[in-house]
Amino acid sequence: MSAIHKLTMPKWGLSMQEGKVNGWLKEIGESIAVGEEIVEVESEKIAGAVEASVAGVLRRQIASAEDVLPVGGLLGIVADAEVPDADIDAAIADFLANFTPDTGDEEDAGPKPEKIEVGGRKLRYLKRGEGGEPMILIHGFGGDLNNWLFNHEALAADRTVYALDLPGHGESAKDVGDGSLASLAAAVVGFMDAVGLDAAHLVGHSMGGAVSMAVAQAAPARVRSLTLIASAALGDEINGAYIDGFVGANDRRALKPVLSQLFSDAGLVTRQLIDDMLKYKRLEGVDAALRTISDTLFEHGRQATRLAPVAAGLGKPVLVIWGENDQIIPVAHARAAGKDALVEVLTGQGHMVQMEAANEVNRLIARFLG
Amino acid sequence: MARKITYQQAINEALDQEMARDPRVIIMGEDNAGGAGAPGEEDAWGGVLGVTKGLFHKYPGRVLDTPISESGYVGAAVGAACNGLRPVAELMFVDFIGVCFDQIYNQAAKFRYMFGGKAETPVVIRAMYGAGFRAAAQHSQCLYNMFTHIPGLKVVVPSNPYDAKGLLIQAIRDNDPVIFLEHKVLYTMEGEVPEESYTVPFGEANVAREGDDVTIVAFGRMVNQALTAAAALQKQGIHCEVIDPRTTSPLDEDTILESVEKTGRLVIVDESTPRCSMASDIAGIVAQKAFGALKAPIEQVTAPHVPVPFSDALEDLYVPSPARIEAAVTRVKEYR
Repeated sequence: MSAIHKLTMPKWGLSMQEGKVNGWLKEIGESIAVGEEIVEVESEKIAGAVEASVAGVLRRQIASAEDVLPVGGLLGIVADAEVPDADIDAAIADFLANFTPDTGDEEDAGPKPEKIEVGGRKLRYLKRGEGGEPMILIHGFGGDLNNWLFNHEALAADRTVYALDLPGHGESAKDVGDGSLASLAAAVVGFMDAVGLDAAHLVGHSMGGAVSMAVAQAAPARVRSLTLIASAALGDEINGAYIDGFVGANDRRALKPVLSQLFSDAGLVTRQLIDDMLKYKRLEGVDAALRTISDTLFEHGRQATRLAPVAAGLGKPVLVIWGENDQIIPVAHARAAGKDALVEVLTGQGHMVQMEAANEVNRLIARFLG
Repeated sequence: MARKITYQQAINEALDQEMARDPRVIIMGEDNAGGAGAPGEEDAWGGVLGVTKGLFHKYPGRVLDTPISESGYVGAAVGAACNGLRPVAELMFVDFIGVCFDQIYNQAAKFRYMFGGKAETPVVIRAMYGAGFRAAAQHSQCLYNMFTHIPGLKVVVPSNPYDAKGLLIQAIRDNDPVIFLEHKVLYTMEGEVPEESYTVPFGEANVAREGDDVTIVAFGRMVNQALTAAAALQKQGIHCEVIDPRTTSPLDEDTILESVEKTGRLVIVDESTPRCSMASDIAGIVAQKAFGALKAPIEQVTAPHVPVPFSDALEDLYVPSPARIEAAVTRVKEYR
């Protein structure tokens, strides 16, 4: 018997309760391979694509563009061409008769972030998955663990994956010390001690890539591999106007054009994304933390610290992923991590490549780690 | 930001964190130490609805339980502000403003101007406002428009717990007199609020919901009524943009005008009585500055021009409801 696969509204992040259908990328009757993107949907925070987990034919588009569905709501049906229409209609009727949207009131809606004391500072982290060789996801300047919203669960399919908020970021303590990569790396090593990790695969985005290399420099034995996504500390240049604009922006109007530079599709910079960023920036201590870090690492549009030799000389696997059209750190830096590094440049993508091309990035990392 | 607390707890936390941060911050008001002031009853309650609970013993000597004399302690708070403290005076019900209005509008609001910018009056007057508590005509009024009228006062009407905390911290740090109005029906509203201290700037509207069809500008509790209406209208295919100015003075005109330029249709929801109200004020601003963008007459959903009734049934009809907002939105949407 051929299976009928139901495409449903995904849940991206704890707060997502419903999503809007932006449009179908496949027509009814089209064949679909595993991993192909079928339909674009959007939560109040971010837009993305639902991809196929099974191969088959797109048989039904239940939801239309602009429809708003609860998480878990039925978007469409993928099944083999020989599955009778009557079976599909029965499956749809059965689903609709039994589906009750999650009201969001339940307390056990997946894993929740926790806090742990590291060197006198509280760091927030989110743990997903069990077993395997552990991985740590390290966000960039001004980011937080939600930057891995589309990666965390996929990467945790066969291992324990931690995403943390660096000092000065997200809901971690806002004391960043001297703002150097060494001090941020010390916080990551302290975090590994605190949660009992001897060694981990480090995946760092932007400044988080630089922090990953700084961990490798300070404690090479604690690093199993490096995945550097649009990483800092591989070259001189960085978009100083972006850094200064981000640090200085105090309201929606100032922040929107700055954040737009992060994405290849500026439409992804939603009101909610801007509001969340403003809420973070207005927390006590954040302005000082961002200024300390940017003055130390990125003053006058130059990167103060170069760690490419660390990646090149580590003797561990290194994967470099970059968006071809990155407006923050030039894609040319992708080649600096040594001749043994595996380099993947994604066409048309920007700085937040792990969000905008999440499925591709997840596959590259999974393949890299075998 | 997973932690949820109530509007009331958010206000308490803002006071607590500012008192911890700045020894100049003091609290003055009736019953805010908890009732009769007698030993054993101190701090038992913390204001009529418990907003200041726990602060009396945490900050000895800095929470002043005053006699029932608004003219006395509001005047004292204004004077203390001129002399270097940062008092937060609690007026209990904004309806009591009448007996201490001189201290606010003719003294506090004027000092900066009359003394050539040399005097600062960093006082906050907190007060409950609004209908819905079966408290009748003298304990239910919605008077933010009166303060908005007076130059020299800043006026804050938070609609949710996050804004309540951030705006109150901003109010305490502000060097001008601030009228901070808390809708009593919102005290039990829960929302995500960071544990850390933060500020929300004055004069920056929150776009509480985005939409292209109709702009709804609403204040305080009415923001939530408007959001309820907007969610229902969405199901009918009408996409409302809900704007919460958060402060009526200063007012973020730009966000309102930009939205009306986009939608061409405006509904204003205001719990005050309609004459000389925020609703009429914003209607005037938009009619003057975005006249060319308007595709329909501006609708105002307000209380009727009468005192808040004592009858439950009449009070329920008095407050602008989601149904009335929906009807107004439908009228401007269908106008040809």
